[in-house]
Parts: sequence; C-alpha cells; structure tokens
Amino acid sequence: MEKLSTEQLKKTASQVRRDIVRMVHDVQSGHPGASLGCTEFFVALYFNQLNHNKDFSIEGKGEDLFFLSNGHISPVWYSVLARSGYFNIDELKTFRKINSRLQGHPATEEGLPGIRIASGSLGQGLSVAIGAAQAKKIDGDDGVVYALMGDGEQQEGQIWEAAMYAPHHKVDNLIATIDFNGQQIDGPTDAVMNLKDLKAKWEAFGWEVIDTLKGNDMESVVSSLEYARTLLGKGKPVLNLLHTDMGYGVDFMVGTHKWHGVAPNDEQLKDALGQLEETLGDY
Amino acid sequence: MEKTLDTKFTYTEKSDTRSGFGDGLLEAGRKNPNVVGLCADLIGSLKMGAFQKEFPERFFQVGIAEANMMGLAAGMSINGKIPFTGTFANFSTGRVYDQIRQSIAYSEKNVKICASHAGLTLGEDGATHQILEDLGMMKMLPNMTVINPCDYNQTKAATMAIADYHGPVYLRFGRPKWPIFTPADQKFEIGKAWKMIEGKDVTIFATGHLVWEAVVAEAMLREEGINAEVINIHTIKPLDTEAILESVAKTGCCVTAEEHQYNGGLGDSVAQTLVRNNPAPQEFIGVDDSFGESGKPMELLDKYGLDANNIVKAAKKAISRK
Repeated sequence: MEKLSTEQLKKTASQVRRDIVRMVHDVQSGHPGASLGCTEFFVALYFNQLNHNKDFSIEGKGEDLFFLSNGHISPVWYSVLARSGYFNIDELKTFRKINSRLQGHPATEEGLPGIRIASGSLGQGLSVAIGAAQAKKIDGDDGVVYALMGDGEQQEGQIWEAAMYAPHHKVDNLIATIDFNGQQIDGPTDAVMNLKDLKAKWEAFGWEVIDTLKGNDMESVVSSLEYARTLLGKGKPVLNLLHTDMGYGVDFMVGTHKWHGVAPNDEQLKDALGQLEETLGDY
Repeated sequence: MEKTLDTKFTYTEKSDTRSGFGDGLLEAGRKNPNVVGLCADLIGSLKMGAFQKEFPERFFQVGIAEANMMGLAAGMSINGKIPFTGTFANFSTGRVYDQIRQSIAYSEKNVKICASHAGLTLGEDGATHQILEDLGMMKMLPNMTVINPCDYNQTKAATMAIADYHGPVYLRFGRPKWPIFTPADQKFEIGKAWKMIEGKDVTIFATGHLVWEAVVAEAMLREEGINAEVINIHTIKPLDTEAILESVAKTGCCVTAEEHQYNGGLGDSVAQTLVRNNPAPQEFIGVDDSFGESGKPMELLDKYGLDANNIVKAAKKAISRK
C-alpha cells in the first residue's frame, strides 16, 4: 500500500482525532484519552509502515500484522482501520451500539475486518503477537508482527512471562510498543503502582529497547518505527517505549487520567472539534 | 475387577490416557504439518517428548508460564497453525481461565487445550493438583468443545480427531495406568455418544476413567438380574442429547458417573437435558462439593464414592425411584 507523506499523515491524524471524539461523544461511552495519545503511532503504522492488505484475511500470510493488547483504545484503531479501507467510514457511527461490529473492545466474533483477536482484558496481547511472530518464522514468512500495550498494563504478570519468552526463543520479527503516557484509570502510574525503570527492565529481559521521546510528533514517530525495523533479524525482539501525552490534541483532555474513559458532552465536543481543525461536516 | 465378573468388555493391558495423548499428538503431527506443540515445563508428564524429538521446529518449551502459553497458542493459530498446549488440567483451566476466555474461546481460535492429571485418580499429589471443576469451567465457555475420553485408545483417537476439527477444544485425560478396553482402530466422532452396552432397566452415562467403572458395574448388576445400558459420553460439549433422551425414554432412569464435582459436570448437563425434555430419576456419581486429598487412585475413587460399587448402588436407587 502507498505510503503517505508526513504532511498527509498529520492531516490524517487530525481526522482520526475528530473521529475519536465524535465516536465517544455519540454513544457517551468509550476511551478517548489514550486513543488521542496514540493517534500518531496508529496513523504512522497503518499509513506509512505496515505492509498490509485491506482485503482482509485473518491469517495475513505475507503481511505485517498488528495486535492491540490494550483494547480499550478501540476508537483510534477503528478509525484508522476504516480510513485504511478495511470497512466503510459510516460504520464508525455504530461504535458501542447494539448490533454493531464495533464492540466496545475489539472482537473477532463480530467479524470486523482488520481484527484478528479479541482484547480488552489486559496483559494478553504480547503473548499473542509473539505466537503469531513464531508462526511466521515456521512458515518462512518475512512479515513483521507489531503489538501495542499500555504502560499501566505492565502491571499484569503475563506481560513478564511473555517478556522472558521472546528473547529466549529469539523472536526477532517482532516490534512491541508501550504507550508510555504515565496514566491509568485510578491516577498516575507512579502513584497507583510504580513501574520504575521500564527501559532497564525490558533490556534486562533481553530486548532491544528504543525510546521514542516525542510520541505525538509525526516525524519522530515515523523515524522511530523505521529505525525499529532496522533492528529486526538480529536475534532480539524490539521494544519501543513511546512517550505520549494522554488526550493529545484536545487541551482539556491532555495529560490527565480523568479522560481515560469519559465521554465529552455537546459543548466539549464542539470545543474539541474546533481545536482539531474542523473542516468537514461529518465523519 | 473381580476375576469371576463377566464384563462385556475386557482388557489385557493397562496404559495411561496421557500416553494416548502423546502418541496421538505424534500421529497428528505426522499427518498435518500445521500441528504445533507447546508445553509449560511438563514434557515428560504430558508425554510430549516424542513429538518434540521428531518435530523440534514445531515444538515450543514455554517454561512455567501457562498464561503466556495460551496467548502464544492463540497467536500461532492466527497464522493457520494448530497448537496443542500441554500442562496439568488445573493449570490448563482455572489458572488461565481469562486467557482462554478472551484469546481463545471468544476469539474462536483453533487451539487444543490438552489437560493431563485431571481428577482424583491423579492420586498422591493431592487436592492442589486434582482439579474437579475443569469440565464445568470449560463447558460454560461459548464456542468451546469439551472432550473426556476413557482409555488409552480413545484418547489417542480423540487427539487425532481434534487436530482435524476447526475450533477451540478442551481435551481432558489422566495419569494412572488404566484398562485399555476400547478398540485401537475406533473412529472418534466428536459429539457422538457411544452406546457400549445395551440394557433396559437403567442407563449409566459415564465419562473418562469412570466408563471402565461403569462397565464393571454393569456386570455386577447383571449378576443380580438388572440390565443396565452403558453409554460412553466422551464429548461433554456438544452433548449428544438425542442419544441421552432415546436411552432414558427406554430405561426410565439413569446414573451419571464422572471424576468431577457434581456441580458443572456431565451430571448437570444430562439433568438439564432431561428436565427440559423428559424428566426422569437421575443419580449422580461424582465428588460432592469437596476437594480431593492424597491417596492411591482406587482408594480415592472408593472413599469419594466414584467406583463401580457406588455406581451399582446408585443404579438400584435410580430404578427404585421410577
């Protein structure tokens, strides 16, 4: 698929952010904070980095695969999938509503193209991604497997089972990213359950760790994703510590856990859309 | 088994059902290159060593990390692999229920969860390892198929059959050497009950190791002039309700026998089927809301009321309630 330029990526990111706030506002339910924080990552991945096919097959042979572990940030993923051509953009209006394929947390049962496994219960996605990466290796498939986790999610024990496993088995066709925004539902991660030095921890487990300090700067995100790919095939899995601001792009949502899972009201939506360079009348 | 007892099935040797799994996995692996094995530090216990030796590139030692194993298996299945996970039944279910629920059952992944050392017949290790709730947990999960074969041959046949079936499966087996009394060349049909012995007075629905106890119980009952029908319910879910209703319509009462809690197991499934369609007296052979304990397998089956003698008593009671 054709790679978008940085300018096109930035415009797409604004559109995706508008989708996010509209979707969550429309149903008065969902998780806007980290969705907005991860928008550059998703847009850069899907419109610039991922070798993928919008004629979706669950197996994704010969393609790069992406797995979302922190499934609550489904709005950003749904928007990016729709805008990549996996399904009609109009369907975003059904988010979290009855009879929708856009479940609150991603599901395969509903058959939404682009989604290969359910997520929402935290801690499971990295294991799945590693399994998919190993299966590619068995098949001699040189597709790359990506996974995104939350930083609060690092408190789950399964993450560390997976962290230990991948370097031991030399799973070096895998790029895992942690959305390092420092917030979780009950407050800052430092206050809820301090993660201490995540970089040192992952390095100690045997991962190649890179920091993306400007996780909401498109140039920076694209170059870090490009760099991550150069580290593959050397016997180690790659971890990208993506420093983001929760709620980025909407001033009253930035940098606070309070917008983790809260929907904007009508007034707040108008304000948010104004800030997001509103140019289109609808989705 | 008493020497004088005239059972309709006989055996000349014993083997463990887990060996049936190990040998079935090896055969399945030879037949289908997509079959992969994962094990959480119990390769010897699960008898997965032969598969590992023959297919090292398709075998993954996971270490003592069962949650990760379930996720890995789900991920491998996405690319078209047919993963067989191996650990004890307790760690295959209760420990990883949420991983199975989200990443395997809800996601409809083609993962085979293979669980050894289930039930009281694990013996001396005691209650921490003798899970008696696993069938219930697994059968409650939508999309999950639940299989509990009765001897070495049936376990081997079941292992090969689930490799050819697309969808999540829970396969339960055990540790003790047990009579081999079903044929080596049997066809294993998922979801199809097997009427092993015809009878007219009472039906004994048995699963797993207790199918043999049911065969012994039938001979004991016959000596007293009672004709019991014995049906092997190797597939707990989907349940062969047609076979169950047809048999009970004829015999008028039944006993369910399983190495599991009353709650949530085969007995519950049969009771629900009968209540909804054709209520009839039913007696339950199983563990009554209790954990197990250390002991020899047959001592434990006796103490907890799960052996042939108890099946005989239950059958008579069911008949008296008609």
